[in-house]
Amino acid sequence: MTAKEKPKLAMYWASSCGGCDISVLNIGDKILDVDQAFDIALWPCVADFKIKDVKGYPDGYIDLCLFNGAIRTSENEEMAHLLRQKSKVLVAFGSCASEGCIPALSNLTTKEATFKSSYLDNPSTDNPEGVLPQPVTKVPEGELHIPVFYNTVKTLDQVVPVDYVMPGCPPEPPQIWAVLEAIITGAELPAPGGAIIGAGTVAVCEECSREKHEKEIERFYRPHEIVPDPDVCLLEQGIMCMGIATRAGCGALCPEVGMRCAGCYGPLDGIVDQGANMVSAIASVVKAGSGALAGIDEEELAREIGKVMDTIEDPSGTFYRFSMAHSLLTRVRSNGDGAQDGGGR
Amino acid sequence: MSESFEPVIVGFLCNWCSYRAADLAGTARIHYAPNMRPIRVMCSARVEPQFVIKALREGADGVMIAGCHPGECHYVDGNIKALRRYELLKRMLRQWGVEEERVQLVWAAASEGIVLAAAVDRMTEELRALGPLRWGETVISGNGHEQALEEAPAAEEA
Repeated sequence: MTAKEKPKLAMYWASSCGGCDISVLNIGDKILDVDQAFDIALWPCVADFKIKDVKGYPDGYIDLCLFNGAIRTSENEEMAHLLRQKSKVLVAFGSCASEGCIPALSNLTTKEATFKSSYLDNPSTDNPEGVLPQPVTKVPEGELHIPVFYNTVKTLDQVVPVDYVMPGCPPEPPQIWAVLEAIITGAELPAPGGAIIGAGTVAVCEECSREKHEKEIERFYRPHEIVPDPDVCLLEQGIMCMGIATRAGCGALCPEVGMRCAGCYGPLDGIVDQGANMVSAIASVVKAGSGALAGIDEEELAREIGKVMDTIEDPSGTFYRFSMAHSLLTRVRSNGDGAQDGGGR
Repeated sequence: MSESFEPVIVGFLCNWCSYRAADLAGTARIHYAPNMRPIRVMCSARVEPQFVIKALREGADGVMIAGCHPGECHYVDGNIKALRRYELLKRMLRQWGVEEERVQLVWAAASEGIVLAAAVDRMTEELRALGPLRWGETVISGNGHEQALEEAPAAEEA
């Protein structure tokens, strides 16, 4: 053992799928370099640590904490506060921690509706007594506690200050390694305070090799409704590709293989609301209404354009697929139609 | 809803038609509801959906976008782009529980001060009937997040 102490690395999952952890392991044999450079202080996916171990660390003990997952329960929030206190550098790692991602799509509905879908209406769930999770349950032996399930999913930076943000669902292994390598070799990182690292600064379209022409979209197609031309821009073909409103860094993996960009790397610099930005972009590439002349029937014109927009299934869930929690409106009103029927139209 | 509720409407008026319509409504001394706060933009196409959503988030009860009639845009088809944005945004806001009356697109030519004034009057009454939106207080802060943390049990010592 060397006398010099290695810096401490932590990786934690809050409300997430585990894909971020897998993505870190996908850096391949470089993971050995990570092990050589860092001591693991907490990483539930790969090593056994207890919460009391973390509580026992002095403040700022962890040099680098990669926090993936959104804040969905009281436990997630408690861990966010704890890891902020124990970490010198806290990174919102992946789309859930930075934008809300898939868990935050439930901000398009309510906690009650989510429970109803998960525990009552789900065809594969057998729950004849309609039992729903309760934070406190009385049993003969005493009280049982589980974390409180929040109505609204939040991002990490909505709960504690974050030093860096690494977007992506998940962040791509080469990007992860580039960041870790920079830290290991002591290269200079951008100033902390929520700076985005491990991603590009242009739109996904810049990395996409598909041919792009003037777009005049007559209607939109869902992925199962069309076999896309292998060489032409997907959006041009009426497939709702989010590349134009999404930060690059992934290498345009999805559109390159014929799948629309779903927007996981989040909005570009200077854009607050990715979904609103996408609405703006879509309006420019739809054909309906082009060349309207003075005296046109205005209501008919609105109907014609509306008909094209009606071919976009679930616009909120599509445009805010990954950025709902970080959007300007954050969640739907609980008295709204969306909340009642689970967010769809 | 209390009768004293005065809705706040943020109005994005295009420089070439609708702002002039508002100007004309003023010089013609047309009486209409004082609830709209006009913001002059060069074209209705300058109004990004983000502006509308931000206004709703920051306390507006409604947003009016006003532009030249289709075919009469100073920039040829800016207002058509605004219409397309509006039609899509409308469908999205429906999912968010924002009533259709809260975001409206109005065409008002420079000579139509009376049309703009009537639209503001109508929208004010519609919003008065709907009541306040108060997105920040009721939707973002009022979701029980902080309260839930209090009732959450302290983590078990493992």
